[in-house]
Amino acid sequence: MGDWGLTETSMDNYEISILSHVAMSPSRHNNLMSAYSLPSSKSSYSVISAFCTEDNIPQCISYINQELGSLGLAAHIQADPPGRASLNAAPALNAMYELLQIHRRSMNNVEELEKEQLKKTSTLEHMQTSNSRLKDQLELSIREKSGLHETERQLQLKLKTLQSCLKTEKDEVQKLQSIIASRASQYSHDAKRKEREAAKLKERLSQLLVDRKDKKLAIEMLNSVGRSDGKRSHWKTAKATASREAEMYKSLLSDYEASQRALMLENAELQKVLQQMKKEMMHILSPCPPLNRGGSAEESQELGDSDREERSAETSRETLDQSCEHAREQLTNSIRQQWRKLRNHVQKLDNQASLVQNQPPSNAEVIPLETHEHEVERMRLEVQQCKEFIHAQQQLLQQQLNTSFDDETAALLNGCYTLEEKERLKEEWRLFDEQKRNFEKERKNFTEAAIRLGREKRAFEEDRAAWLKHQFLSMTPFADRMRSSSSDGQSALSVKSEPEIRTSSSKAPPVKSSAYTTFSTPKSSKSAAVPSTIDVCRTLRLIPDYRESSATEDEESWLKSKSKVCSSDLSIFSLDEDKNPLT
Amino acid sequence: MNFSEVFKQSNQLCKVSPDGKYLATCVQYRLVIRDVNTLQILNLYTCLDQISHMEWSSDSLFILCAMYKRALVQVWSLEQPDWHCKIDEGSIGLVSSRWSPDGRHILNTTEFHLRITVWSLCTKAVSYIKYPKACQKGLDFSRDGCYMALAERRDCKDYVSIFVCDDWHLLRHFETETQDLSGLEWSPNGCVLAVWESCLEYKMSLYSLDGRLLSTYSAYEWSLGIKSVSWSPSSQFLAIGSFDEKVRILNHITWKKIAQFEHPAIIDNTKTVYKEIEKRPAVSSDEMSLHDITVASSLFSTQSKYDISPLPVQIPVVKPDPDRANPKIGVSALAFSSDSRYIATKNGGFQVHSLNWHCSGDSLILIGKDQLCLCYMDADQNNE
Repeated sequence: MGDWGLTETSMDNYEISILSHVAMSPSRHNNLMSAYSLPSSKSSYSVISAFCTEDNIPQCISYINQELGSLGLAAHIQADPPGRASLNAAPALNAMYELLQIHRRSMNNVEELEKEQLKKTSTLEHMQTSNSRLKDQLELSIREKSGLHETERQLQLKLKTLQSCLKTEKDEVQKLQSIIASRASQYSHDAKRKEREAAKLKERLSQLLVDRKDKKLAIEMLNSVGRSDGKRSHWKTAKATASREAEMYKSLLSDYEASQRALMLENAELQKVLQQMKKEMMHILSPCPPLNRGGSAEESQELGDSDREERSAETSRETLDQSCEHAREQLTNSIRQQWRKLRNHVQKLDNQASLVQNQPPSNAEVIPLETHEHEVERMRLEVQQCKEFIHAQQQLLQQQLNTSFDDETAALLNGCYTLEEKERLKEEWRLFDEQKRNFEKERKNFTEAAIRLGREKRAFEEDRAAWLKHQFLSMTPFADRMRSSSSDGQSALSVKSEPEIRTSSSKAPPVKSSAYTTFSTPKSSKSAAVPSTIDVCRTLRLIPDYRESSATEDEESWLKSKSKVCSSDLSIFSLDEDKNPLT
Repeated sequence: MNFSEVFKQSNQLCKVSPDGKYLATCVQYRLVIRDVNTLQILNLYTCLDQISHMEWSSDSLFILCAMYKRALVQVWSLEQPDWHCKIDEGSIGLVSSRWSPDGRHILNTTEFHLRITVWSLCTKAVSYIKYPKACQKGLDFSRDGCYMALAERRDCKDYVSIFVCDDWHLLRHFETETQDLSGLEWSPNGCVLAVWESCLEYKMSLYSLDGRLLSTYSAYEWSLGIKSVSWSPSSQFLAIGSFDEKVRILNHITWKKIAQFEHPAIIDNTKTVYKEIEKRPAVSSDEMSLHDITVASSLFSTQSKYDISPLPVQIPVVKPDPDRANPKIGVSALAFSSDSRYIATKNGGFQVHSLNWHCSGDSLILIGKDQLCLCYMDADQNNE
């Protein structure tokens, strides 16, 4: 038994070691399974073979029954028959079944336990990792905290130092202020003291000086001067002082009155202005149907009604007494009211305008605006067109003025433009030529006539000279000869002058008598040609005298001409005398 | 423009009589009276010492010649050249001397401002006024010559006394709200007295004729304050020029500021700026900017002309020495034109001694150190 006991213990140890082996390797499921599935046949075999042999069957049976009983199983193994090696099957099977059950149960338990253990190990792992992580975090935060602590400490230190500085500064300031105050008081005290001293000194000085002075008046004047206003001075009496006071107050009062008047005027002006403003504001706010449109009309009507009522009441009140405080307040209040209304009105209008801008243009109020805009656009277009037109015109004009073409086309163009003018000019030239020709003709006639007349005059002069000579000589024995020739000359003159005056230039020089020939020869050669102007002038000068003598009354003119002729007699006589030897 | 010959004068004492007929000049100790039209010497008076101050009386009949060193005042008459008058203040000294508005009293301020002595030429009487204040402008006569305002200081407090000029009777005596009164000026209508503080504080107080405080005005604190003051001829405006280079205009109804003009270094917002360009090689250009003026300059020898500078114009600014007292910054001269339409201001350290408007209000005379400039306003320009 001792060996059996030993073997038991060794068996126990072995079982324990197996179990512990199984327990020690929880993570290895395979091992477990392998452990569970089939116990290593060798080891279990060896255990079973060591436990029960042929000899110790009843002991084994009793032992097993003991064990079963200790396990709490009801089944018992019985030997059948007792004392023999074989067993009763049913209880043995029951025992085995129960043992299997127990085993299964324990296996299940083991499984469960192992599962739980797994779980617990995983959670443990998890916990450990998180633990480690948290530890790290904790370390970090501890470090941070320590750092922050440091900074806080430093800042606090700083704060403390600053506060202490501030305190010291404040103390200093206070100290200085107190010093200043004390010094100021000191200085003022000293200043006052010094001033008093100075005053005392002055007093003393003045005393000394005044006492020292000699008593005579220190003013020397030749004579007293009259007062500036010419009046005598007055005695100083109480009445005088009172009158002075009165004058002073009078002047003050007059000044105050003047300023008050000015202020009243200003006040009245301002009130008028305010009244005006109020009226105008009311007028603006009051309803005028053509001006207001849409919803605002109703509101303004309401306003207008209320305004009118207010207006009548207020104006009556205000006109009563403008200087009354009550009235003034009322006026200002009413102005404020009106202003508020006006402001609201304007705001509403603004809102309406903004609304209208957003709304589609179907609203009645917008159409006028649109049409207005159309109109404006149209007018703008018109203006633009007109401007373009003007611009084009200007350009054309410029082109005309600054022709940069070649000469031919320029000339042509110029010719085109001046054609009419040229035509006109031609006309005029023609007319001018005609007139010129006529003038020439007439001049020619004129000059010829003048020449003729000159000649005739000469002839006449000669005749007359001859006649006079004849007359003169008729007084002498040689009178007869002269008479005949002069009478011929005279008759020739009288006969010839008339037809010559009448007829035209065609019968001019050749008809003249021989008496003229001597004089007329230079003229006759030139007679066909146009006479020179000098000759014409000469003859013209001569002609009026001659014509006068022939046209006017015979005797007077004759006398005149005679007197003229007498004056020229000598020359004629001289000529005639010259002539005589010639003829 | 024609120029007469140059006459000698001393101490810049050269004044035309109020009626415009005579010209008085001082040469050392002689007083020369000339006729204004012909410049012929009408009278020649000899004083006892060098003349420090000369003034015409308001009716142009007398001339006062003060000799401060000798504490003497001599008065000469135009009508009677042999009339003479001598006032001797004696050892009490003489610091300033002036006529009263009626032309018959002389006010002498003694040395150390101990007192003001009022000498009457009509009666040879003397009056004394005690405790006058030694300040920039402590005495002012109203324009109609009725009242005289005098600043006094007793017991470290400022007072103002108002005297009636007829008989030197004290009308009112009141304490002012100032710490250290620096000046006072009557309004042209004689009803308001403007009283201002020294430059350490900006404070303008306005008192009515009977001594009531009407209003005070203070533009800012702590910086240097009022430098110059001018009433408009209509008494409607009071212009205050201060050390901050601004001019503030108060109105006479509310005594509040109605306008403020600045003098920036860069001018950008006026219509035209005229810059004087001198053709003297030695001196650099003297720039002045006044709002909206045209210029006809008259100089003896140096050629200078005024060009229209294009905006913006930079004015050369001389930074004042901060350690010295009475720095040369700020608006130091103000002048209203006679119709109160324009105001001319001088800002900074420019060399302009005085600004005076012509009585028609159309032209302005600037008198500089060496130069005189006449400025004509165009009728169609307006100022800001």
